[in-house]
Amino acid sequence: MSQMNTQPASLPLRTVKVDYLTRVEGEGGLYVRAEGDQLREVKLNIFEPPRFFEAFLRGRYFQEVPDITARICGICPVAYQMSSVHALEAALGVKPGPEIRLLRRLLYCAEWIESHALHIYLLQAPDFLGYDSAIAMAADHPREVEQGLRLKKIGNNLLELMGGRATHPVSVCVGGFYKVPRRRDLLKLHADLEWGLNASLETVRLVAGFKFPDFAPDYEFVSVSHPDEYPMNERRIISSAGVDVEPAEFERVFAEEHVERSTALHSRKVTSGSSYFVGPLARLNLNREKLMPRAREAADTCGITWPSRNPFQGIVARAIEMTHAYEEALSLIEAYQEPARSREDLRVVHAGEGCAATEAPRGVLYHRYKINDQGLVEFAKIVPPTSQNYRRMEDDLWLYLPGILDRPEPEIARACEDLIRNYDPCISCSTHFLRLKLDRE
Amino acid sequence: MASEARPKLAVYKFSSCDGCQLALLNLEDELLSLVGAVEIAYFLEASSATLPGPYDVALVEGSVTTAEDVERIHAIRKDAKCLMTIGACATTGGIQALRNWKDVNEFIRCVYARPEYIHTLKDSTPISKHVKVDLELNGCPINKVQALEVLTALLQGRAPHLPPHAVCMECKRRGTVCVTVAQGIACLGPLTHAGCGALCPSYNRGCYGCFGPMENPNPDSLAAHLLSTGVSRSHVIQLLRGFTGYSDAFRAASDKLERIAQ
Repeated sequence: MSQMNTQPASLPLRTVKVDYLTRVEGEGGLYVRAEGDQLREVKLNIFEPPRFFEAFLRGRYFQEVPDITARICGICPVAYQMSSVHALEAALGVKPGPEIRLLRRLLYCAEWIESHALHIYLLQAPDFLGYDSAIAMAADHPREVEQGLRLKKIGNNLLELMGGRATHPVSVCVGGFYKVPRRRDLLKLHADLEWGLNASLETVRLVAGFKFPDFAPDYEFVSVSHPDEYPMNERRIISSAGVDVEPAEFERVFAEEHVERSTALHSRKVTSGSSYFVGPLARLNLNREKLMPRAREAADTCGITWPSRNPFQGIVARAIEMTHAYEEALSLIEAYQEPARSREDLRVVHAGEGCAATEAPRGVLYHRYKINDQGLVEFAKIVPPTSQNYRRMEDDLWLYLPGILDRPEPEIARACEDLIRNYDPCISCSTHFLRLKLDRE
Repeated sequence: MASEARPKLAVYKFSSCDGCQLALLNLEDELLSLVGAVEIAYFLEASSATLPGPYDVALVEGSVTTAEDVERIHAIRKDAKCLMTIGACATTGGIQALRNWKDVNEFIRCVYARPEYIHTLKDSTPISKHVKVDLELNGCPINKVQALEVLTALLQGRAPHLPPHAVCMECKRRGTVCVTVAQGIACLGPLTHAGCGALCPSYNRGCYGCFGPMENPNPDSLAAHLLSTGVSRSHVIQLLRGFTGYSDAFRAASDKLERIAQ
């Protein structure tokens, strides 16, 4: 018997490594090390290269900011435009009128629709139905894939109508819009939006019928909250553990820290140091009574008990939110009156500081800016939803992995990827995501 | 159709926002026919399944910002018969190339609490600075219709139809009144490659150059005009230093304006 072999046969060293996480936005990997059934190390490696937005925004004119921050993410540019215009308007002491507010909600509905349809049908449904991609899935489920593509396309059409193009639309500015849509043009989308509402209700039934792993950690859910409406652009920040603060207090309650394995910063609660959960599941759990009537009915009758602590049911929350976005878009378009002026006059500016949190498709997106009396940015801070979820993803992996460590490594890797995809991580956004590596000892 | 008859397509990401890859997924009406015509052999954002190279076409999104990027782009070039860059980052260095005028170490300290964990190159550079590029598709983001045209042309073995004129021509074609002449708004339209359909002027705002410089632009002339109408030098420099600011033409023009100012 070899003296070198000090490891009992029952405790094989194992490592699982996912070099590149797939069907996520951006680049990251995962490293797991286990000794027998004892998990020793779990690391999300974020190697998406840093792009330094907060650094090069300094010195730029405030009105350039929404166009620049849009480029943080090609999937959710509207979210970056919305958080930046609200934060900058707070800094400048400007409050656009009610028509602008409703148009911004309509634009956000369009982005939620295209982003949620993309994630549900093209990125995550293949996990539940056992395919490597929606393209492979299309061979056996052509109707579902075609439905997903059309749902996504209608969201993009609405973005194009309001902003000229679906990715990095050009209409949003601090103070309002460069140009507002014509009522008659929006009404042309009415029939498509009605189709989308019904197809979204079908989507809720489809995804609520998926088989979900039995997994329900004790999460703290965090979202934006508004007294009268499902959260999008404003305004307080609440949690399932009793947080209820103005955006100005965000940084006092939640902090980012820099960990060695990552070009993304990871967020935690300041007081407890613990992780928290942002995104559709958090929003739905905290704001279900604010859903539009048909979305609410779908949530109450889909067979899932809310609040849900099962992250795999995030796909159902996403489908319910897509329903909500279609339903609200219809109601906004029906009520829409073209405003007399599309934006506030901001030719005279003063120095100021302001912050805002809005709900990106993936969760809370916080921005804070300081501008000088020339209107130039002196300081910028951006906290994307995915960096707030990283610590929670790692905590999930610590809880989830022990139950599956006896499986073959490719299966473990796939299960970890499936778990992480629940969060619809956007690594491009948060870098400032996944290769799996598992070491078994 | 036998799968071996279809050309193999690979899609790669460097430093970017994913928006140009997304343009491919935004071809909702054409996506399923496209995957009938080409084999998606490597596209991590869309599929967990990958096939080994070599590939007939490699689409590259994003700019080169790390030492690993430099190694990776050379390996990709070796594996690809045709390498095409998609978007402003891959073609000109992107918005993240604004660091090229600054001290990157100061940028790292500004954003990250532990600068020692961050490894990045001083500059963000286009793919063509590192390897031979067969075709460049402009835009921030690319126009999905142009992406489809380029892929169709490649499949048919013909040259793609990508009009080389300025955004100004697109404004004339859609009947947009010139925002510079009529409203005095600073606009990069006269210098910028067509392709977006002249979106910004149709939204009552100036072009911000996201499709990069057209062939043989005359930035000095535009800068002189803008300065003569009272636009500040710093404003013109910032306008040129946008999403394609590190392109040769825009960089030379903004650097020249800065030298004059000093």
